[in-house]
Amino acid sequence: MSIATTTLLLMAAIAGLGLIGFRWGRGKALAAMASGISMHSRPQQYGWYPVIWMGLPALGFALGMALLSVTGVIAPANEVVLMVSLAAGAVGLSLGLRAIRPELRARNALDRTIRWLLLSAALISIFTTIAIVLSILFEAMRFFREVSVWEFVTGTVWSPGDTFLEAAGRGDEVSEGSSFFGSVPLFAGTFMVTGIAMATALPIGLLSAIFMSEYATPRQRGIAKPVLEILAGIPTVVYGFFAAITVTPIIVDIAEFFGLDASYSNILSPGIVMGIMIIPFISSLSDDVINSIPQSLREGAYALGTTHSETIKKVILPAALPGVISAFLLGVSRALGETMIVVMAAGVRPNLTWNPLEDMTTVTVSIVYSLTGDLAFDSPQTLSAFALGLVLFTVTLMLNLLSTYLVRRFKQKYD
Amino acid sequence: MQRRLTGSANDPLIRARYRREARFRGYSIAALFVAFGIIIAFFTDIIGQGQSAFWRTEVKVTLDYNERAERIGQFAVAEDLRDIVSRGAVRGIPLEISNNPELAGITREAWVPVKSTIDQYVKGKDELEPALARQVDALLAEGVMRTTFNWAFFTSGDSKLPELAGIFSAAVGSILVLAVTLVFAFPIGVMSAIYLEEFAPDNKLTQAIEVNINNLAAVPSIIFGLLGLAVFINTLGVPRSSALVGGLTLGLMTLPIIIISTRAALRSVPDPIRLGAFAMGCSRWQVVRDHVLPLSLPGILTGTIIGLAQAMGETAPLIIVGMIAYIPEAPSSIFDSATVLPAQIFTWAGEPRQAFSEKTAAGIMVLLAILLTLNATAVLLRRKFERRW
Repeated sequence: MSIATTTLLLMAAIAGLGLIGFRWGRGKALAAMASGISMHSRPQQYGWYPVIWMGLPALGFALGMALLSVTGVIAPANEVVLMVSLAAGAVGLSLGLRAIRPELRARNALDRTIRWLLLSAALISIFTTIAIVLSILFEAMRFFREVSVWEFVTGTVWSPGDTFLEAAGRGDEVSEGSSFFGSVPLFAGTFMVTGIAMATALPIGLLSAIFMSEYATPRQRGIAKPVLEILAGIPTVVYGFFAAITVTPIIVDIAEFFGLDASYSNILSPGIVMGIMIIPFISSLSDDVINSIPQSLREGAYALGTTHSETIKKVILPAALPGVISAFLLGVSRALGETMIVVMAAGVRPNLTWNPLEDMTTVTVSIVYSLTGDLAFDSPQTLSAFALGLVLFTVTLMLNLLSTYLVRRFKQKYD
Repeated sequence: MQRRLTGSANDPLIRARYRREARFRGYSIAALFVAFGIIIAFFTDIIGQGQSAFWRTEVKVTLDYNERAERIGQFAVAEDLRDIVSRGAVRGIPLEISNNPELAGITREAWVPVKSTIDQYVKGKDELEPALARQVDALLAEGVMRTTFNWAFFTSGDSKLPELAGIFSAAVGSILVLAVTLVFAFPIGVMSAIYLEEFAPDNKLTQAIEVNINNLAAVPSIIFGLLGLAVFINTLGVPRSSALVGGLTLGLMTLPIIIISTRAALRSVPDPIRLGAFAMGCSRWQVVRDHVLPLSLPGILTGTIIGLAQAMGETAPLIIVGMIAYIPEAPSSIFDSATVLPAQIFTWAGEPRQAFSEKTAAGIMVLLAILLTLNATAVLLRRKFERRW
């Protein structure tokens, strides 16, 4: 029996048993009430009581077995799991039904169960984080067993490509130790593209936010804000296409006009387009922050005779600074992890340079390319993706924590 | 030394300050207009590149189901047209004949799609060698070559031949992936939000969950791809490239969005409603189920739609879990290999042939139309049910 059929059968059987249990329990309560006995809870709560007693053990057993067999501890046959969990459910059902008495606090039991169910749903987010950290850490450790951390952190040559030949059984064509996993050029590319993106997004985003929150009429703001947010709704694959097909040729032409030589996979074009993508994050967050600055600060400044722009520059922006910095950090974190734009418009050649017209590659590009080949999963090249992912995860996590901290400090100051 | 800021508007210092004021205001307006300009340039560019893919060129030919065509479909077409008619369009003829033997020997007239190079020439996007160009011009003048609406773009799957490639299988894949995402993320997300907003005591565990959710919302999407690969594919054995693994991966990614927006919706229900229900003797769960949830439902749905729209446009984590396979036929279950619209766009964008770039832009137009519709629905829903208490 396949897993899908087993699951379907189990679900159907549990639903059937549940329906029986609900009708029976509720019937019992209704009958008791009809004969004049006063019950603690409402009839349908007595209906749910046996359902819980049935469903939890049945589902719990099935889930537990599924987990055990997946992790390879034991592997019981699907039929066995199905029969045993249904048996557990049936026993639970009869116990639950037998427990229905006037003094049974079915309502309280129901509330408690639901509370636990809701809590377990909320815990999934913690499990997800733990799973992310563990799975990435585990694979990264396998990588670091073959490549030294020192080389990874300080090496300036990234050429995992030769491992491909080794994997294809042509290792003898490659001289000993010819794959290099020095990640410095990748991080250089990532920071370069992030820098260009932020240099594009920050002025446009911040000035737009200043216009929307300080100068615009409510009507203008009502139009401008949603229009800017269109930019946030455009998928990154679309930005990637836009960068590669439209922006790159323009940049190459402009560079040629100035007598410069630009590569067709230059890092400037994805950087600018990434900046466009980040504009709405900066503008929306800054707009919120500027709006939350108490009116009394502005009025105090006006009373001293400052003009509007002087008030903005000397009073509002300094007051909003923590919030703006936090928006900036969130933008940086987006740019560091952004994948599609760089995959489609930046190069794949690791290149350590200061010239944005040359091609460079980034961490996310390397992750994608090391996982889309036909390599064995345990080759150093595929595993390197997890080492890069680990660094990316850690850095963005730090940035996010820092930005939440800044916002919280800022809120406390004005609340 | 500081000058006194008094006097009339003719004071040069005051005039300078007013000029500075106007200039700053000008900068802020300019920034907004730059952003608007980019949006307009972006949409004109994509529409300009993509709209031609919604049309295709067809040629009227006499299909001759002769003996040679029973083996190779191309022989059904007159020799002088073989360089014009799309190979893929006549590829099915041998199969057609072997399925219906009575077809052998007949001839019939049909409009069939032309090769993409010819199509591009007719659309004025590419050059042809002079002899071929003259032939095509003649066919156009005779009226046996026409340009019609390209329905096949919506009804067929991917193809290696650009003139036949369509978005159907990717669209089906997207729907399957989103269905898995919704089934997985919606109940868990709403339940977590209810717990955190209505039940949770303010303790370390609750705070840990909250910090976690906020962080998950800001984790780069590609990291979820790594998670999906390591946990779902390598550990749990979910088939690679399937809608199931894609949906689960995107589900984890969408979860924090749904939780955060659901919490906001629950928080907007004023406390007197809860207190009133408690006063009538409701238990906490009854208060939530009968009063808070129905009142916050529009907000929850809005957040879910926004989360799904985001999941629909996501590509990077799906590439990591293998959803860039070549899928000509629509997947029939969540265990089949599937691809999604953004991944299809990515695949086409990587094609060197020129005809694929109009397909890419057209795919983008379809994707953007869907996403804008979803987002507009969310905005309308919010506006319709917006309530001031």
